[in-house]
Amino acid sequence: MIRRIRLFLTQHIDGFLLTVLSVTMLLGLFVLYSATGQNMDRVMNQFISIVVALGLMWGLANLPPQHMMRFAWPTYVVGLLLLVGVALFGEVSHGARRWLHIGVARIQPSELLKIAVPLMLAWYFEKRERTMRLSDFAVAAVMLMVPVALIAKQPDLGTALLIAASGFYVLFLAGIGWRVILVLVVAVAAFAPVAWSLMHDYQQQRILTLLDPSQDPLGAGYHTIQSTIALGSGGIFGKGWLAGTQAHLDFLPERHTDFIFAVFGEEFGLFGVLGLMVLYLLIVARGLYIAANATSMFTRLLAGSITLTFGTYAFVNMGMVSGILPVVGVPLPLISFGGTSMVTLLLGFGILMSVATHRRLVKS
Amino acid sequence: MTRGTELRNHQRELYYFRVRLTVAGSVALFLFLTLLARFAYLQIFQHAHYQTLAEQNRISIVPITPNRGLILDRNGVALAHNFTAFTLEITPSKLKNMEQTIDELATLIEITPKDRKRFKKLLEESHNFESLPIRTRLNDVEIARFAANRYRFPGVEIKARLFRHYPQGDITSHVVGYIGRINDADVDRLEASGDLANYRGTDYIGRAGLEQSYEKELHGATGFEEVETDAGGRAVRTLSRTPPTSGSNLTLHLDLKLQQVAEKAFGEFRGALVAIEPKTGGVLAFLSKPGFDTNLFVDGIDSQNWDMLNNSPDKPLINRAMHGIYPPGSTFKPFMALAGLELNKRTPGYTINDPGYFTLPGSSHRYHDWKAGGHGAVDLHKSLVISCDTYYYGLAVDLGIDNIFNFISHFGFGKKTGIDLEGERSGVLPSQEWKMKRFKQKWYLGDTVSIGIGQGYDSTTPLQLAVATATLANNGTQMRPQLVRQIENAKSGVVIPRPPEIVSTLPIKPENLALVRDAMIDVTRPGGTASRAGAGAPYSIAGKTGTAQVIAMKQGEKYVASRISERNRDHALFIAYAPADDPKIAIAVLVENGGHGGTTAAPIARALFDYYLLGKLPTSSVTEQAAGEAEHD
Repeated sequence: MIRRIRLFLTQHIDGFLLTVLSVTMLLGLFVLYSATGQNMDRVMNQFISIVVALGLMWGLANLPPQHMMRFAWPTYVVGLLLLVGVALFGEVSHGARRWLHIGVARIQPSELLKIAVPLMLAWYFEKRERTMRLSDFAVAAVMLMVPVALIAKQPDLGTALLIAASGFYVLFLAGIGWRVILVLVVAVAAFAPVAWSLMHDYQQQRILTLLDPSQDPLGAGYHTIQSTIALGSGGIFGKGWLAGTQAHLDFLPERHTDFIFAVFGEEFGLFGVLGLMVLYLLIVARGLYIAANATSMFTRLLAGSITLTFGTYAFVNMGMVSGILPVVGVPLPLISFGGTSMVTLLLGFGILMSVATHRRLVKS
Repeated sequence: MTRGTELRNHQRELYYFRVRLTVAGSVALFLFLTLLARFAYLQIFQHAHYQTLAEQNRISIVPITPNRGLILDRNGVALAHNFTAFTLEITPSKLKNMEQTIDELATLIEITPKDRKRFKKLLEESHNFESLPIRTRLNDVEIARFAANRYRFPGVEIKARLFRHYPQGDITSHVVGYIGRINDADVDRLEASGDLANYRGTDYIGRAGLEQSYEKELHGATGFEEVETDAGGRAVRTLSRTPPTSGSNLTLHLDLKLQQVAEKAFGEFRGALVAIEPKTGGVLAFLSKPGFDTNLFVDGIDSQNWDMLNNSPDKPLINRAMHGIYPPGSTFKPFMALAGLELNKRTPGYTINDPGYFTLPGSSHRYHDWKAGGHGAVDLHKSLVISCDTYYYGLAVDLGIDNIFNFISHFGFGKKTGIDLEGERSGVLPSQEWKMKRFKQKWYLGDTVSIGIGQGYDSTTPLQLAVATATLANNGTQMRPQLVRQIENAKSGVVIPRPPEIVSTLPIKPENLALVRDAMIDVTRPGGTASRAGAGAPYSIAGKTGTAQVIAMKQGEKYVASRISERNRDHALFIAYAPADDPKIAIAVLVENGGHGGTTAAPIARALFDYYLLGKLPTSSVTEQAAGEAEHD
């Protein structure tokens, strides 16, 4: 009986992945405690988000990939409709139209697209597996660019670029030709001046600020200057948990959300940072391993894309805090305060686990 | 065979996928190693540098507050300007014992209990990292004395600051308004609108009047200075400097001299006055009496002065011109007369016989005329000149509430005028719908009767009345009232005029306008209700007097001013424009408890006309002059 319950609970869970994820999230709670100025309410809040997200992850892990395929295009279509809804009726907050009121709740449809886009593209390539041609990649590219354009228009450039990346990973893993990639790179380079002129002032400002943060030390450059000081002053061993001066003297803005990595780097130093990077790399490595051993086109592409996107999130956030990437609103995965991003991330890992464990069962 | 190919294809496909995966993984690894290199650079090689920055906070960025824009009258006279003064400031976070420090300071420099109280209030409202003034406007002796003892007071310093000053504080209080120190609610608001960065270093924000409604233009852009500081937080040298951009200067339509004439003309009376240039909507004078000294508010008003202003029965803090609402009384009649003519309910020749009261068919209730026994035969012209109530009771009933509402709302009654100030009230021009919404009751015919003479549910602000008068003077075209005529960028010197703005245009037959205008001219001539105010004017004035009841009279009771306490006496109203054939100025005057419009309100308007049209200053308070005379409505 107990064995059966245990089997029910764990048969679709990837033990390795769960362990590394849990260690990372636990570490995150400690950092959050420090970053919020020892606010236990915030930590409890985050803990509850984690528990809920883990539950959802478990649910998705138990859903065989064949079933997920059925949800691919409905999820994508619903996501697109919601984005159009946002563009038409969305609620403006801080100058951007990102939220949509549906009855009681307020949702940010771009979060849904983070899962829906790779799901849809992986499904599409699965259907086209036998006859794959250049035109299929063109169709897939369109399916990718429509939501990306809608999100970029909100404007939420950071999320748009990350979703574009997740879709690009699917195209890349599906085998888009190297020459096409070369052409794309050239095209993007050529398009850059046009994109620049389409950007909002504040977006341009952020990129200019990256090149020279001292240009606007009161506004956009303030974040970067302060977070670099936090990181640099942390040194090799860090100032110790709860002892970061930058963080606690109010110099660091958004220090429990997008800039939490600065608090971490200040208090735990280079060793701490190295440790966190190892955790992230372990997760990425495990994900790639699962993708490499997946049995169908759909599961391979999906698992590969989810894993690489996760790595991208971590890279972009750490890059922005350390001042080598522009400031875009991307949280540090598994660490930053915020329930929505936690749920989206763990749903992704639920899919990975489903891919990993159902393969085993099919074989046996 | 096919199965074999498929299998081989499958194998190849998997192989290619894994190659791609390896490439992607390698790129990811490479990027992470790049990051690691960056961290190593920051945390090992640059560690010492950043440690200094973090621990000593060596370089601090000091915002430079821009100079606030000036507010000038139409002739360039300053209504709000800035001056430099030295203040003694305390940074609370650097002090161990606040009370003791202040006590010690008090032995050097005079610090009154009032100063202490104000400082305590500032302390409660502020964030502890900013420095707060304990004394303002230090003199040279005080500065020297503190400088010699400065070493004893870490965390206390003398700063040169710009202060806002309102030279005409009392007279222009409700137009110019004032600024006040930024509080937590302001910070939240600025944060939400994304303006907070621009307010680093700014202590004040517009709280009322033009200072509030033009905050964005007046504030300017904050500059900043990168300074190297020593361990004690004192600036050692400046590394770089970006100058601030001063706020824009506002030039008003308002004429300070005219405003002063108005203020003086009111004498001891309370009330409001708005004068408008009919063709542009430019506000020439905007007065609410009594005013108050806006300078008291700049550095946080002390509780004694606050209580005095707030609890005064004269209510000086209320902007009567746009926030006070009063029944328009008989000043409503010209608009009613025009409605009657335009909607073909009255002809100029239509005459009633006024017995001194009006009754609705099938009712015995008498609506009284102000004159017992009535005015006899009254046509449209006479009805305005002698202000016959009975004529308008009947007209209102013949028009019906829907027609009255639809026509008269074109003059701006019952809705905000859109003046460039915040806090305007809309008054009430009643309609069936309005009554249902407000009282959940249907409209009765009896309600309509008193609307005809501007009583009952009718209520208006003096500003609305002025706008309606200007609209009448402008042949039915309503202009948005505007105080600011132009905005001058202090840096570039570029002047941006605010163009006149048409709110609505009502096509009115010129002959009907002429009928009403001629009657209004006769109001200010012998035989009219404002004849004394119009006497001897070398230009023609079109006007209408009005009286608004403060307390209701019982049926048959007689109003005797001397028997009623002063604050329950009627409000006096007067609207007018001049010259009547080519209107340059339209005025609405309200004198609280002033009695009759012709006696107290009209002479004030006359004083303004004389100054504005002839450049003549009145010799003494006009209301005093008129006080002895008795005239009716």
